Amino acid sequence: MADIPHEASVSAPPAEIEEMELPHAHGWWSTHVFSQDAKVIAVQYAATALAIGAVALVLSWLIRLQLGFPGVFEFIDSERYYQFITMHGMIMVVYLLTALFLGGFGNYLIPLMIGARDMVFPYANMLSYWVYLLAVLVLVVSFFVPGGPTGAGWTLYPPQAILSNTPGQQFGIVLMLVSLILFIAGFTMGGLNYTVTVLQARTRGMTLMRMPLTVWGIFVATIMALLAFPALFVAAVMMLFDKLLGTSFFMPTLVEFGEQLSYGGGSPILFQHLFWFFGHPEVYIVALPAFGIVSDLISTHARRNIFGYRMMVWAIVIIGALSFIVWAHHMYVSGMHPYFGFFFATTTLIIAVPTAIKVYNWVLTLWRGDIHFTPPMLFALGFIVTFVNGGLSGLFLGNVVVDVPLSDTMFVVAHFHMVMGVAPILVIFGAIYHWYPKVTGRMLDDAMAKFHFWVTFLGAYLIFFPMHYIGLMGAPRRYFESSDILLMPESAHALNAFISIMAFIVGFAQIVFVFNLLWSWKHGKEAGGNPWRATSLEWQTPETPPGHGNWGKELPVVYRWAYDYSVPGAAEDFIPQNQPATVTKEAPA
Amino acid sequence: MILAVIMVLIVIGSVLFHFLSPWWFTPLASNWGYIDDTTVLTFGITGVVFSAVVLFVAYCLWKFRHREGRKAAYEPENKRLESILTALTAGGVIAMLTPGLFVWAQFVDVPDEAANVEVIGQQWLWSYRLPGADGQLGAADNRLIGIDNTLGINPDDPASQDDLVIEGGELLLPVDRPVRFLLRSVDVLHDFYVPEFRAKMDMIPGSVTYFWVTPTKTGTYEILCAELCGTGHSYMRGMVTVVTQEEYDEWLTTQVTFADLTS
Repeated sequence: MADIPHEASVSAPPAEIEEMELPHAHGWWSTHVFSQDAKVIAVQYAATALAIGAVALVLSWLIRLQLGFPGVFEFIDSERYYQFITMHGMIMVVYLLTALFLGGFGNYLIPLMIGARDMVFPYANMLSYWVYLLAVLVLVVSFFVPGGPTGAGWTLYPPQAILSNTPGQQFGIVLMLVSLILFIAGFTMGGLNYTVTVLQARTRGMTLMRMPLTVWGIFVATIMALLAFPALFVAAVMMLFDKLLGTSFFMPTLVEFGEQLSYGGGSPILFQHLFWFFGHPEVYIVALPAFGIVSDLISTHARRNIFGYRMMVWAIVIIGALSFIVWAHHMYVSGMHPYFGFFFATTTLIIAVPTAIKVYNWVLTLWRGDIHFTPPMLFALGFIVTFVNGGLSGLFLGNVVVDVPLSDTMFVVAHFHMVMGVAPILVIFGAIYHWYPKVTGRMLDDAMAKFHFWVTFLGAYLIFFPMHYIGLMGAPRRYFESSDILLMPESAHALNAFISIMAFIVGFAQIVFVFNLLWSWKHGKEAGGNPWRATSLEWQTPETPPGHGNWGKELPVVYRWAYDYSVPGAAEDFIPQNQPATVTKEAPA
Repeated sequence: MILAVIMVLIVIGSVLFHFLSPWWFTPLASNWGYIDDTTVLTFGITGVVFSAVVLFVAYCLWKFRHREGRKAAYEPENKRLESILTALTAGGVIAMLTPGLFVWAQFVDVPDEAANVEVIGQQWLWSYRLPGADGQLGAADNRLIGIDNTLGINPDDPASQDDLVIEGGELLLPVDRPVRFLLRSVDVLHDFYVPEFRAKMDMIPGSVTYFWVTPTKTGTYEILCAELCGTGHSYMRGMVTVVTQEEYDEWLTTQVTFADLTS
């Protein structure tokens, strides 16, 4: 085992365990539908996530119609408005981002990048997708039941969430909770798979410290999700009991319409702790895969080794660990004991340090690089701008006193959209432009990609940067009617209208992206096996798209890290991971 | 290449927007100027970091763009550079966190002389209760809420009788006198938020939460509910007017007591 990641070796250790037998498909259904091949499952996950994501996009338009042009669109009443914001938030965070990064990219990339033939538990992996699909369907059904989906806000805070005066109080909230429970069950099957596969199925020579950062990001995020989702699972089950059986886990004595309800003795704050014990790690469950992927995009397209690989790995691990002790920074004004503020503000701002290190190392990878402005690189650069912006506004909200006026305002909405909406989604786009050629064997169209990038990146920045200032004025979030707030000047309404128009433009630009995905599948330029001249293993497969079992007869053997770009003395500006060091190789720097 | 120019424009545009746009904090009307100061300090530090990082990226994009024959430098690690940057970041974080925690210590430490004002939230109305001549608020409990006792005030507590009850009306506060808001809810979560005071806190049925503030400027300010409380959330508004002590004392004499209401 090489102690220094960037030192290549001439030989690889022998295999420790025998290769396992792969399940083989025996017909059309088991090849394309009920497939146990991680690559097929990945595409199923990604397609489902993007489809439900399209619903969330339309919901965001409806939200912006109301905020930009209050009163103009009469079909948007307050009930519907709260349903739109709730479902938009929940879909984006859980059903799109989490599912796409872990179920989509995780399934596709982990086995290929570590030189495995598949996930270690292919059957459970298949089941994971179908349970996820069921969760999505239950969520979709809630749009069509009497009363519609829940409008409790994506945080589902009790007592509000299960009482009247919240839309979807009868069926919507129940379906929401059931859907979350299913999602978590499905994710757990997939998540255990990703973790064990990384630990156990790496090919010869692929030490942990030679893994591409994409795998590190997804690996740590998966472990975090396995530890964080159970808190949400418990909270969802208890709230279901409160709703259906009349228990009072989260329900204190309270009065509704002047009527005493039979609840009593429960704690609404307990729910908030459980929710955010999941909810904060969730931010990094989305962010860490994005961090990993963007590292690889930048390195590949700047033809330069990722700067400070070991720091990058440790930063991922430290961020993952710290993110479990910062959750109550979402609750500074919740009424919890105010002394918690000292602790959680401190831990929260400490996280800024490893996060900043990651940013520096991306930037230092560009420095003295050989930067190709390919679509994946453009999106990666867009990520840096939006992530730095959103990360820095997090320092406002993490610092407890600064949070007090800003909490629950549009500043928060702007912050989290920038940092965990726009930034990771730009990475998703970059990643799709990067790996689509491997998945399909064809390139996505470059001109459409660039149009998509410019409109999405600039549009999103113009939407969310000014939005911070609306919150700074004091405009609360989740306001159906904010145009009559006394402190809002007329000019702020013009700004809201501008933001809404930008949201429509950015949304429509996504049609170009979807068209590109469909069109290039058949008509894209042939990609060949390694169009980006990249080092990592997924680009070294004998076939493109990779066949069942990924590697043909022989597993690849790894001799070096994934970042041997522009190595002095090498014939090409990249050396694949499965190329051994020559004995006469010059001493590394 | 164009992206390098765009990034420079993003930095310039963002900084100009920050200084030239009309959208900023509403004029402060309380003692929490320190919160504004910490916010401005945070804007300063984060603004410099944002500009520096993005401008450096723009420089790299221009300087190290691909040209025929160009080759990237191979440099896996640079311990010294990484350490310096880590130390600088830690310094910046400490510079923001330290004043933040000092101000928080003040925020959580209610002055002894602060006057109690109870705020009760319900869908979608603000009510208030002020201690009467005895200077004490009587006990209250959601279990006691009924048709003739909508705020759940304990009628058996002698301290309750002279409490002043303001249901759904306007709240007045004397200027320059610290106030401790005691926050209750009869139904769901609410949040008592007056943007001009800068402070806010959630209200939880079954608990009493609090924060304190000293209004420093006379005038009328809007109270907003800042925690989603159902379909009428955005209509849950109220008014608080900060007045001189004399006006305040006179206003007090016109309010009804709990005893008046129940008799």
